[in-house]
Amino acid sequence: MSRGAAKIVGLAALGVVACAVPFVASSFHVFQLTQIVVYAIALLGLNLLTGFNGQISLGHGAFYAIGAYTTAILLDKVGFPYWATVPIAGALCFGVGFLFGLPALRLEGPYLALATFALAVTTPQLLKVNALERWTGGVQGLLVEKPGSPIGGVLDADQWLYFLSLGVAFGLYLVAWNLLRGRTGRALMAIRDHPIAAATMGIDTALYKSLTFGVSACYTGVAGALGALLAGFVSPDSFTILLSIHFIVGVVVGGIASIGGMLFGAAFVTLVPNLADRISQAAPWAIYGAVLIAFMILMPTGAAGFARAVARRLFRGGNQPI
Amino acid sequence: MQAFLHQLLSGLATGAIYASLAVALVTIFKTTHHVNFAQGELAMFSTYIAWSLIQKGLPYWATFPATLAVAFVAGVVIERVVVRRVEHAPVLSVVIVFIGLLVICNSLAGWIFGFSIKAMASPFPSDAWYGSAYLSAHELGMIAVTLAVLLCVFLFFRFTRLGLAMRAAADNPESSRLVGVRVGWMLALGWGFAAALGAVAGMMAAPVVYLEPNMMTGVLLYGFAAALLGGIDNPWGAALAGFIVGVLENLAGAYLVGTQLKLAVALVVIVGVVTFKPAGLFGRRLVVRV
Amino acid sequence: MSAILELRGVVASYGAAPVLHGVDITVDNGAVVALLGANGAGKTTTLRAICNVLVRVDGDIRFAGHRIDGKSTESIVRLGIGHVPEGRGTFEGLSVDENLRLGAYVRRDPQVAADFDRVFAHFPALAARRRQQAGTLSGGEQQMLAIGRALMMRPRLLLLDEPSFGLAPIVVAQIFSILAAINRDEGMSMLVVEQNAHHALALAEQVYLLETGRVVMSGPPSRIAGDAAVRRAYLGQ
Repeated sequence: MSRGAAKIVGLAALGVVACAVPFVASSFHVFQLTQIVVYAIALLGLNLLTGFNGQISLGHGAFYAIGAYTTAILLDKVGFPYWATVPIAGALCFGVGFLFGLPALRLEGPYLALATFALAVTTPQLLKVNALERWTGGVQGLLVEKPGSPIGGVLDADQWLYFLSLGVAFGLYLVAWNLLRGRTGRALMAIRDHPIAAATMGIDTALYKSLTFGVSACYTGVAGALGALLAGFVSPDSFTILLSIHFIVGVVVGGIASIGGMLFGAAFVTLVPNLADRISQAAPWAIYGAVLIAFMILMPTGAAGFARAVARRLFRGGNQPI
Repeated sequence: MQAFLHQLLSGLATGAIYASLAVALVTIFKTTHHVNFAQGELAMFSTYIAWSLIQKGLPYWATFPATLAVAFVAGVVIERVVVRRVEHAPVLSVVIVFIGLLVICNSLAGWIFGFSIKAMASPFPSDAWYGSAYLSAHELGMIAVTLAVLLCVFLFFRFTRLGLAMRAAADNPESSRLVGVRVGWMLALGWGFAAALGAVAGMMAAPVVYLEPNMMTGVLLYGFAAALLGGIDNPWGAALAGFIVGVLENLAGAYLVGTQLKLAVALVVIVGVVTFKPAGLFGRRLVVRV
Repeated sequence: MSAILELRGVVASYGAAPVLHGVDITVDNGAVVALLGANGAGKTTTLRAICNVLVRVDGDIRFAGHRIDGKSTESIVRLGIGHVPEGRGTFEGLSVDENLRLGAYVRRDPQVAADFDRVFAHFPALAARRRQQAGTLSGGEQQMLAIGRALMMRPRLLLLDEPSFGLAPIVVAQIFSILAAINRDEGMSMLVVEQNAHHALALAEQVYLLETGRVVMSGPPSRIAGDAAVRRAYLGQ
C-alpha cells in the first residue's frame, strides 16, 4: 500500500472511531474527548504561529481566555445564541492577535517569548480588574450555560457539544492543511527559516507574520469559546501562565510544524494531568518538565516526527509535510 | 508628602529584590544570549532550601551563605548537564528547555515542601533601632544586603583573573579560547553566579510575599522588566533599573492603577522597552550581520 | 634543525565539505614561514586547523613533536601557540589593558608585568590608550593589540592571519618590521598567512603556496618570486 493511500485509510478509520465513540462511552469520557478536540484546535493555532512561522508564543492562554470570556459575556450579558458566540470569539481574537502581531514584528525569538510570557502571567490580574467587573464577573467569573442538544432524542447535550466541536475542528484543520501545503505554507516556513532571504524574494514578511498571528489567535480563541461551553464557567484563575505552558507542551509533544501531531499532543495534555494527579498534585508538572527537556534534546520533532520516521520505514514513499 | 516618601523608599526596598534578579538574568543573557525563564523558580527553590536549613536550627547568618553556595553549585550543574546540550539548538528549543526547567523546579518544590504557604521570618529584627516611620528594618536590610552583594560581584568581575576570563568569554568566546580560557566552564560559572543572585532575591522576598511555590512568578516578571529596561547586556544598568522598577511599581500602585494592576506595570515596561527601545536605557545597540 | 610545527596530510572540513585536501607544512624552530595563496585557497582554514577552531580536522598535526590534532583549542594554545586570528579578534568591550592581561591568562610566572612594558615598547600607540575600550581603536591599533595580546602569552609559535588586512601601507611596514625584530631577537617561530605577498616574502625564509586546499609549491622566497607563472597568478605582476 502506498503512503498516500495508507494515510487516507488511517484518517478514515480515525473518523469512524471518532464518530462512534460517544455512543459507547460514559458521559465523563465524552467530556474528556471533547476537551481533547477543543485543545487540538488551540494547539493547531499555536503551532501555526510557532511551529510553522517561527514566532514563539508563551502566551496563547490569553487568546483562549479572550475567546472563553467572549462567549461567556455574550451568552450571559447580551443574550446571544451560543453557536453565534463561537465565530464572534474567533473574529475578535483574530483582530486582537493581528494587532498584537504588529509590535511583535520587531521582536525576535526570546524577546517575543518574553513579551508573550509577560502577557500570560498578567492575564488573570487583568481579568480580575474592578473596573470591568460588571462584564467579567471579577474574581468569581461567570457561569456559562451548557447548550442543549437540538436533536434531543438522538444526541444528549454532551454528545451534541462533542460533535459540534468535532465539526468545527474538522473544518479548521481542513483550512489549515490547505493553507499550509500551498504557497502560504511555504512562505510561512521560509519566513521561519530564512527571514532575510524570504524578504529579498519578495515575500511580504510583515503582512504574513501579522496575519499568521491573527489566524493563530483566531483558532485558539475559537477553542476558548468551545472550551467555555464545555466547562460551564469562566474564571480568571483558569487562565494562568500554566495554561499557556500546557499548550507549549502539547505542541512539542505532538510535533512542531505537524498538523496531525496536534491531536496526539492534545490527548497528552488532557490525559496526563488526570492520570498523574493520582500520584501527587505536583506529578503532572514534573512530567511535563521532564518531557519538555527530554523531547528537545532527544526527539525534537515530537511524536509526529517519530511517527513519520516509522512510516518512512514501513512504506517506501516520498516526503510529505504532514 | 510623608506617604509619598514612604512609597518611594518601600519601592527602593522591593527594587532591591528586582535588582538582584535582573543582574542574574543579565549575567546569563550576556554569556549565553539565552533568556532564563527558569530564574524565578530556581530562586524559589533556593529559598525553600534556606527555609529548611532554618527549620533544622541553623542560624540565619550561616544559612545565607550556605544557601548561596548550594544555589551556585546547582546553577553550575544545571548548565553543564542540561543547558549545554541545547547550546547550539534553535531558539525555540532553548526556550522550551527553560520552560521545562521552570516547571520541574516548581513541581519539585511543591512535591517536596508542599503547596501550603509558609512563613519565613526576616533576619532583621522588627524592633531594631534603625527602623523608622519611612522604612522598616527589613526593607532597609534588603537594600543593604543587595548593595553589598552587588558590590562583591562588581569587585569580583573587575579585579579578579577569573572575573576577567568570564567577561572575556561573554565578549568573544572564540578569542577567549585562543588565550586558553575554558569557555564552557565560564558559562557554567556564570550560571552559578546567576543562581546565587537569584537565591538572594528569593531570600529577601520570602518574608514579604510569603513562601510558596508560586511566589516568584510575579517577581520574575519585574526582574525581566528591570533587565530589559537597564539593557539586557548591562549588569549595572539592570541593577539600577531594578530599583527604578521597584519605585515605579509602588508609585503606580499607590497613585495610578491601584494594587490590582501592579503586575500590569511590568507588562507595560516589558512591551514598551522591547517595542520602542530594545537596547534599554544603558545597553548597547545590537547590530546583526546579515 | 628540529621542527616546531608539522602538518602531515591534514584534511579540514566545515560541515561535510572539505576545504583542505591533504596539506603538508613544516615550520622549523626559529623560522618564519609564509603561507600564500588566493582568496579561498584555505589559508585561514590551515591556521584554524592547527588550533582546532571551527573546523573538523583529520590528519597529523604535531607541535614540538607532540600530536595536537583533536585536542581542544584551549589546551592547544596552552602548549605555547599564539594565534592572531583573521579580523583580529580583539575583546571589543574590554580595555586595551584587559586585552593584554588576557593574553597572559595562562601564565603564572612573575615576568608578566615586564612583558607589558615590552609590548608597549613595540607598540607605543597602545601605551597611550591603556584604559581605552578596544572596540574604539583604529584598525591598525587593533591589529597591534591583537599581536601584543599574542605576544603576552610568550608563545613558542606565533600564527598570524593576514596581519596587513585593511591597514595603511605605512602601518603594515611598521608591523612587519616589528615581527622581523621579534623573530631576530627572541627567536620566535612564526607562520604568517598573507594575501599581500610582498612583505611576507621579505620576512619569510620558507614559503608555501596554497591553491584550493593543496600545497602546489614550496621553497625559499626567491624561488617562489622567481617563477613567472606564480608571479602572474598570485603576485599581481
